[in-house]
Amino acid sequence: MADRPIEDLLRELAPRVLAVVARKYRDFDTAEDAVQEALLAAHLHWPAAGLPDSPEAWLVATASRRLINMWRADDARRRREEQDWEPAAASAADDTAADRDDTLQLLFMCAHPALTPPSAIALTLRAVGGLTTAEIAAAFLVPEATMGQRISRAKQRIHASGEPFRLPSGADWRPRLDAVLHVLYLIFSEGYASSGGGELVRTDLSKEAIRLAREVHRLLPHEPEVTGLLALMLLNDARRDARTGPHGELIPLPEQDRARWDRAAIAEGVDLVGGALRQRAVGPYQLQAAIAAVHDEAAAAAETDWPQILALYGVLARIQPNPMVTLNRAVALAMVDGPQAGLKVLDTLDGPLAGHHRLAAVRGHLLEMAGDRPAAIEHLRAAAFGTSSGPELRYLLTEIGRLRDAP
Amino acid sequence: MKYMIMMHTGQDATEGIANWSQQDVKRHIEFQHDFDRELREAGEMVFNEGLTFPDQARIVRHDGQGAPAVTDGPFPEAKEFLIGFWIVDCAGPERAYEIAAKASSAPGKDGQPLGIPIEVRPIVGPPAADA
Repeated sequence: MADRPIEDLLRELAPRVLAVVARKYRDFDTAEDAVQEALLAAHLHWPAAGLPDSPEAWLVATASRRLINMWRADDARRRREEQDWEPAAASAADDTAADRDDTLQLLFMCAHPALTPPSAIALTLRAVGGLTTAEIAAAFLVPEATMGQRISRAKQRIHASGEPFRLPSGADWRPRLDAVLHVLYLIFSEGYASSGGGELVRTDLSKEAIRLAREVHRLLPHEPEVTGLLALMLLNDARRDARTGPHGELIPLPEQDRARWDRAAIAEGVDLVGGALRQRAVGPYQLQAAIAAVHDEAAAAAETDWPQILALYGVLARIQPNPMVTLNRAVALAMVDGPQAGLKVLDTLDGPLAGHHRLAAVRGHLLEMAGDRPAAIEHLRAAAFGTSSGPELRYLLTEIGRLRDAP
Repeated sequence: MKYMIMMHTGQDATEGIANWSQQDVKRHIEFQHDFDRELREAGEMVFNEGLTFPDQARIVRHDGQGAPAVTDGPFPEAKEFLIGFWIVDCAGPERAYEIAAKASSAPGKDGQPLGIPIEVRPIVGPPAADA
């Protein structure tokens, strides 16, 4: 029990300590390993010995010692000659600007364009989230050795790219921030999609993504897309408990028990997205959050404000046109103007989404709305055979059964 | 001993599940869910996965030269397809057969046991300890 506050403190300090050490020694790769060891040492030492006067300074000092030992153990001499390093005067004093930049720099580095998404996710969780390799491996259900290797390769790629450890600027800023947000979104989605595994003990990736998004929001309070992403996560996560049944089965939004939605998370998300939209720099995360907010604010599925959702999808389709947005817009259109209108939009997707199970699933549902049960079953079947999501497969088979049962 | 317990189904069976009633589907899903939980609680489950339907399978061949050939799979002559597997660590073959028997008896249409064939294969392990 008493470990909990220490663990939280360590995870909060982890990115700051790593940034200080990485900048001081200009070796992100080794610094990352050294900080992990320092965190482990703190974890073992502090519960018995009590917190040091400055936990951050303790961690920086410990990690620095470890890093130098690693360099020695490696071929330290060669490294020092090559890199001509000079330790900068590191002060762990309360410098909020430095703290801000440190965590952001780490996030930007972990969302490096040279990395594949799985690598960027793993590195972000370890370097910024302060999770251990074992915890990340457990969350993704891969062996620890595999995850360790993935993280190690990611660090090598960053090292090889020669990118300096500083914040991107100018024209680089926006796309790199987008990349950071995308990584956080993927972490959230991974946790959200896999929730409902029931007994499986998994590190809660959704909660972790929310924690990281909160941190970015704290550092960049005036970036509406950052606010939008945090709001989107909160508004979806609010429905999580209602989203799966006792056997891990998926419960679609209209059938969820809304009393089980997390009202506090909804209120916070609605508040955040409202504030972001007032800044008049609308973006995809804000719009998706606004759509989630409309769903969350309906007291019953039948009271959903579909015209507003349709309008929001219309804006989203303008600023970020893609087939998935069109697919969702078709659903909203069907709810407003009837299934035929939605089906007509789906016809435009036969090229771009040919054979995609999501298109087949939506078409199946709209055909059911239109009263064409045999065709609906046909398309839901195609969707079931095409999906690679277990809960979705089970849901689709149950839906087909329901349609077959109907008189 | 570790065993791989493989569930094979024919095209008919995979098509079949799309012809069940909702109650049949739910019963089957609950069975699989409970079965997995029992194996975990018994401390015998190492790993398990369900596979997508064979429509999504592809066969890759490469002769070491040029581009690899990727064709729709599975092999046209195959009558049965792997649809899911469990890797269990249990006391011995008798227990592995018991687990497989339970998997085979999963309920199908109208709750009748499916009786689908389950393949049990021992996984090669480390050499025996020196005496």
